[in-house]
Amino acid sequence: MNFTLKIWRQKDAKSEGCFKKYTVSDINSDTTFLEMLDILNNSLILEGKEEPVAFSHDCREGICGMCGLFINGRAHGPDTGITTCQLTMRNFKTGDTIIVEPWRAKPFPVIKDLIVDRNSFDKILQAGGYISVNTGSAQDANSHLISQKDAEEAFDASACIGCGACVATCKNSSAMLFVAAKISHLARLPQGKIEAVERAKKMVAKMDELGFGGCSNTGACSVECPKNISLTHIAKLNREFLKAKF
Amino acid sequence: MNKLNSKIPEGSLNKKWDKHKLNIKLVSPANKNKLDIIVVGTGLAGSSAAASLAELGYNIKVFCFQDSPRRAHSIAAQGGINAAKNYQNDNDSVSRLFYDTIKGGDFRAREANTYRLAELSGAIIDQSVAQGVPFARDYAGYLDNRSFGGTLVSRTFYAKGQTGQQLLLGAYGALNRQIHTGKIKMFPNREMLDLVKIDGKARGIIIRNLITGKIEKYGAHAVVIASGGYANVFCLSTNAMGSNAGCIWQTYKKGAFFSNPCFVQIHPTCIPVHGEQQSKLTLMSESLRNDGRIWVPKDKKTAEKLRKAENPALEATKINEDERDYYLERRYPAYGNLVPRDVASRAAKERCDAGYGVNESGNAVFLDFKHALKKLGKKEIEKRYGNLFDMYDKLTADNPYKMPMQIYPAAHYTMGGSWVDYNLMTTIPGLYSIGEANFSDHGANRLGASALMQGLADGYFILPYTIGDYLSNDINSPSIDINSPEFDEATKNVKNKIDKLLNIDGSKTVDFFHKELYNIMWNYVGISRKKEELIKSLELIKKLKEDFWKDVKIPKDEYTVNQELEKAGRVADFIELAELMAKDALNRNESCGGHFREDFQTDEGEALRDDNNCAYVSAWEYKGENEEPIMHKENLVFENIKLSQRSYK
Repeated sequence: MNFTLKIWRQKDAKSEGCFKKYTVSDINSDTTFLEMLDILNNSLILEGKEEPVAFSHDCREGICGMCGLFINGRAHGPDTGITTCQLTMRNFKTGDTIIVEPWRAKPFPVIKDLIVDRNSFDKILQAGGYISVNTGSAQDANSHLISQKDAEEAFDASACIGCGACVATCKNSSAMLFVAAKISHLARLPQGKIEAVERAKKMVAKMDELGFGGCSNTGACSVECPKNISLTHIAKLNREFLKAKF
Repeated sequence: MNKLNSKIPEGSLNKKWDKHKLNIKLVSPANKNKLDIIVVGTGLAGSSAAASLAELGYNIKVFCFQDSPRRAHSIAAQGGINAAKNYQNDNDSVSRLFYDTIKGGDFRAREANTYRLAELSGAIIDQSVAQGVPFARDYAGYLDNRSFGGTLVSRTFYAKGQTGQQLLLGAYGALNRQIHTGKIKMFPNREMLDLVKIDGKARGIIIRNLITGKIEKYGAHAVVIASGGYANVFCLSTNAMGSNAGCIWQTYKKGAFFSNPCFVQIHPTCIPVHGEQQSKLTLMSESLRNDGRIWVPKDKKTAEKLRKAENPALEATKINEDERDYYLERRYPAYGNLVPRDVASRAAKERCDAGYGVNESGNAVFLDFKHALKKLGKKEIEKRYGNLFDMYDKLTADNPYKMPMQIYPAAHYTMGGSWVDYNLMTTIPGLYSIGEANFSDHGANRLGASALMQGLADGYFILPYTIGDYLSNDINSPSIDINSPEFDEATKNVKNKIDKLLNIDGSKTVDFFHKELYNIMWNYVGISRKKEELIKSLELIKKLKEDFWKDVKIPKDEYTVNQELEKAGRVADFIELAELMAKDALNRNESCGGHFREDFQTDEGEALRDDNNCAYVSAWEYKGENEEPIMHKENLVFENIKLSQRSYK
């Protein structure tokens, strides 16, 4: 398969960026999108005229949350329920022109080309996204009984990989789905209930402080979430947050 | 004189750890505030250690090369974590987990370490649940378990196929909490490039800031390496693209002995290699072998037909039961599809080499859920393996609910690593190595769901105690001065190496050399090894190293993100480490666990150990560039276990 790529190039955070055009050929249909970029990069290096395209990636199996490209206007590309690294080229037609951009959101400044700084996500979790238990103070694991339903709902929320597709997709650059997933995960478990209200307060305050926008409930975040995190977790966040108000 | 003192405590096996804890020294809470510790790596071992040490009051600096500590590759562990809780009442116990682990490792691990691991396994589950790890539950709300390879009990706790992710997020939460309190300073986007020793002790590290390209120096009273394994020597492996051997390799060159480099785990169930454009291999969890059955056609002609078919898996659904060879069930009736990983991988290779492989390349076997779907129904299978099936479908465009998966072994985990004593300290005083980075508990083969257990045991419950024994002698040492000549020299060396790499300006990319390394290692130092091929591999690796340093081409931008430069440094390490792996494999004149030498096998093709001559841990000492390393031996003493031919029949 052959493709024309229009890729966002930006030297560093301070420079202005622009799209540049490249072509790649002889790509197999079961090659992944990032492998296709590897091939492009190897040819750019050998040509020696310009730098290879910088992009974040690591596990290449959809779980580390490091990769994330805006492809043809969609976070992680045209397929659903997957990350960019799991996207195969059979999702495109040979001859296609593909537009590749970084996440675009004020709290995710571009570092270089397609790499953005998502440290703000870590900061939100540092503000309270945990249960405050020290190593060694736990009681026997079966002393917390947790219904299968609660355990599964907590898992579904906790499956978030922190990639930032929700923020990149949201027209307001809101981090509500990301924040809600952690709040909902912990608030559903008996161990996490004690701090639930405080946690919601602290995390939401940090999210606002870092410049993420508000949620207007369009649900686009959930549609593009590679882990299919449900919008109902945002309702759970609001519930915990309202409790904090009264 | 033997340079290796394992410091294994005297006394009966089940009292060693208790006794040791009582005998080692403590640091008072007031003095812990004066002591700095560096932790490199934020997987299960690194995150759990950093958080636990910070809770105790030490000042911690944590480094990872990813943009967030949550992305370390422990996140990708799928199937589960073992613990001897005996919640299933199926006669499990600490002793049984200990025995399974030693036997699974083909009797090449230390009894004392492995027993301690089994003893601590239960507390890990307690800790994780308290952190909010959403393990699977039964209908009454109790914790559920499943079986894994190499055992006859159900002791594996799991959170769907994302157990590593959930455990790591638990440890990452604990880490975040300490970052918030200020006890931990977190440094993401940093790669360690050298260790700094002062007066023989580990006192700091030199790192490259991967965003600015600047070289930075950090000092501490002790350094903990938790940087994972080196399976990426094989290029195509289940490891993350960035997983590297940098830390363990630099510390080896600074005097930390390297143990059992040839013990590599090849995981039996991965999506097979296809074409030339692939960058990594995707693992399909071992838990699938609970319900999936592995087979190839009985008739070679059928296999040939499948290899030419447009969709071999779809064709396979038409093959009758009596024409299928469920070779693991045939060869190992007692354990069937749940034999340990090394055994399953070799059996797959044996069938494919004999001409029964089923995909285009001939290097694939089927993992079939036909019977399980019939017996348990689609809903139950979806509940157990839904996310794994989806992942397979997305990558291959084959639907495992309708046709068998195609799988083949791939490099996955490394049992070898830095030599450590019972305190997890390397041969450099003040340098510790935990998790996959050390050689410790798995012998020559690790059982499934035991890596998570070991990483967390080291980080939560072992290192926080043992590091105090060393630091108690350091309470009067002031903070380490990073302007000392030792730091300057290490910085200079790192800069020189970077300059050298950038100035080669050759004609081939880093990826080219990494793939060449794959060809050498997979073919000659892989699942099955021959003496003459190992000798040949040493020549080829040497040649590759020369070519690399003459002909690699890296973009020159030093003070910015330069991902090629990062890769180049890692591949340079891998090439050197590959040589040590081949040397170690050549030196070990037996077959055991993941190390299978064709010249040492039973008549039935099983691994043939030599307990009289080879019951040792190899520990390699670096002697300088172009010098032969020296191998030291730590003889393994078995006081509680009778060594036997490992049988899963």
